[in-house]
Amino acid sequence: MSATTLAAAEQYDYEIIKKFSVMAIVWAVVGMAVGLYIASELAWPFLNFDSPYFSFGRFRPVHTGAVIFGFGGSALFATSYYVVQRTCQARLFAPGLVSFTFWGWQAVIVLAAISYVLGYSQGREYAEMEWPIDILIELVWVSYMAIYIGTLMKRKQPHIYVANWFYLAFILATALLHTFNNLAVPVNLFSMKSYSLFSGVQDAMVQWWYGHNAVGFFLTAAFLGMMYYFVPKHAGRPVYSYRLSIVHFWALSFMYMWVGTHHLHWTALPDWASTLGATFSIMLLLPSWGGMINGIMTLSGAWDKLRTDPIMRFMIVALSFYGMSTFEGPLMALKDVNALSHYTDWTVGHVHSGALGWVAMISFGSMYHMIPRLWKTEMYSVKLINIHFWLATIGVLLYITAMWISGISQGLMWRAFDDYGNLQYSFVESVAAMHPFYVMRAIGGMFFLSGMLTMAYNVFQTIRQGVRAAEVESVRAATATA
Amino acid sequence: MSFKHEKIETNAGILLVFTMIAISIGGMVEIAPLFFMKDKTIEKVDGVRPYTPLESRGRDIYVREGCYLCHSQMIRPFRDEQLRYGHYSLAAESQYDHPFQWGSKRTGPDLARVGGKYSNEWQVQHLLSPRSVVPESVMPNYPWLLTTKLDVSDVGDRLRALRITGVPYSANQEEYQHNVKKFGEKVADTLVIADAQKNLVAQAQEGNYDGDRSSVSEMDALVAYLQVLGTMVDFSKVKPEDLVKFR
Repeated sequence: MSATTLAAAEQYDYEIIKKFSVMAIVWAVVGMAVGLYIASELAWPFLNFDSPYFSFGRFRPVHTGAVIFGFGGSALFATSYYVVQRTCQARLFAPGLVSFTFWGWQAVIVLAAISYVLGYSQGREYAEMEWPIDILIELVWVSYMAIYIGTLMKRKQPHIYVANWFYLAFILATALLHTFNNLAVPVNLFSMKSYSLFSGVQDAMVQWWYGHNAVGFFLTAAFLGMMYYFVPKHAGRPVYSYRLSIVHFWALSFMYMWVGTHHLHWTALPDWASTLGATFSIMLLLPSWGGMINGIMTLSGAWDKLRTDPIMRFMIVALSFYGMSTFEGPLMALKDVNALSHYTDWTVGHVHSGALGWVAMISFGSMYHMIPRLWKTEMYSVKLINIHFWLATIGVLLYITAMWISGISQGLMWRAFDDYGNLQYSFVESVAAMHPFYVMRAIGGMFFLSGMLTMAYNVFQTIRQGVRAAEVESVRAATATA
Repeated sequence: MSFKHEKIETNAGILLVFTMIAISIGGMVEIAPLFFMKDKTIEKVDGVRPYTPLESRGRDIYVREGCYLCHSQMIRPFRDEQLRYGHYSLAAESQYDHPFQWGSKRTGPDLARVGGKYSNEWQVQHLLSPRSVVPESVMPNYPWLLTTKLDVSDVGDRLRALRITGVPYSANQEEYQHNVKKFGEKVADTLVIADAQKNLVAQAQEGNYDGDRSSVSEMDALVAYLQVLGTMVDFSKVKPEDLVKFR
């Protein structure tokens, strides 16, 4: 056992994966803490403290940036470098570039957060980074693409394993989306401020083509790559259906790119475009559920692991949330449902059932599987993983339930008429009615963050244990040769 | 069926090309027509003009503070929205908006037609301390807007950048004449890049948005922007049947 892992460590570049894994956890803690803070600002607005730096509008992109690109991005770099090396049986291509992707990406997250707080924003959701940071992202991303394709090229296996298809689609799509959504003209070369090249309806179209595919490829396809490697690996069973994974991959890659316009129902975007978006959103249910079934059924014959193994539980609950949000999504893309749900907290709840339930949970499961293998040790405490699992699950459920109630109430209150045909509620009455649910949401966030802190402690102890064991090993080896 | 998926699985180049094709089609079909069929996408209505330098700087502050994260600027064609906010938003009304600020969330109300609904004094008071006028509000206070002087040094550069993106600010006599024809002389004068700073200060002085004429604050700019939102099109002169074909 130790001989094979030792060989693996030499064969593969694990150092970069370790770095990205640690940063994924750091960014998760930071990003979720900021999320909890801004959620609390909505419940108790005094928390804005009359300060530009803490005000909700500047702080919210710090939250989304840190969790999507900091936590999600670092987790994807870590797992994709792990998966591509192990499934190709090849060391990462271009070690210099590999190191650049780490430092470059961390710089992006830090610079983005600082610039938001200082008031630099492109005013585009999930793409608020101003142009100099966008250029850095482009450089990192092209390097990442080169590394990934280069490693695939030098593989020793004839087949490219399915997880790599998904990671590859994610890398290509992100490059495409990032480039076109951030076309902008800077005020001058020494100014951080820029204006987007497109305006109005075209700009809205491009932004939501980006916005929804940030979800589709960054937060879905890539994490499906993670799922296709870590679920079968951890369950010790082959993927349920290879054919299904082929259909899943091509249908998902093709269809996702059409659905962004469901964010623009009933707006000044021409009807044909948003109708296309709705149509593809409904069709997308099929590949999404195909993927979910493929993941969950991989466990057939090993269902008992759900009882004994909290890591497996993370993965299966993640897939269940994936199934649930990919059912809810098409529902909300229907024009009549969207008329009620759009602009409300329902959208926020939907995003979090995907982001916390699916993305975060599959990452937790995968990282609990991968981290002890990177440091050649066992997880410090399985009990703490179990505690994390329950804190996270309760947190997500509280969060999305609060947002369902508040979202649907908002939608109904805004459109309510009295017997005389007048609007029944003023806008601010709907704001006041949301207070209890904003508190409940913050409590849900608190649970989720506590779980995350539990993980951070558990991983810290695991790494310490691994490092110590390695030191003992090297001393023993030194004395043996002496 | 002689084609086998195995071919794709064993060749990184083929996988790359096929994936690229799969992910490119959707965007091309939906995005490109909006640029090539502009007459069918953007209504022809009178009154929509680029922002004055002061309004444009106010818009920068709107973007800087992330107002779009809680306020939409896109009224949908529903009876309740018509009553609450006014006529549904037209594509034409945001044709000079770089970036668009339609928003995706209404933690606060829609602002597409907030212009002229409240007095300048109310807007200033509300921005300084929202709960002093709307007790149930959860909006942050923005006291720094009143105490920070507006940076007007690069307003010319800003308009020049916007001109590159296609907003008709005029950099020469020919462009100015074109603007006179399109918007009338009064508006065309506000779009001259060379006069940007002068025009900005003059509008702030005349409008007296923040109640203090001695200097131009960020509050002046933001309130000037809010007060113009949704006021450019005179809907009493627009026939509904002219708009329907754009939905």
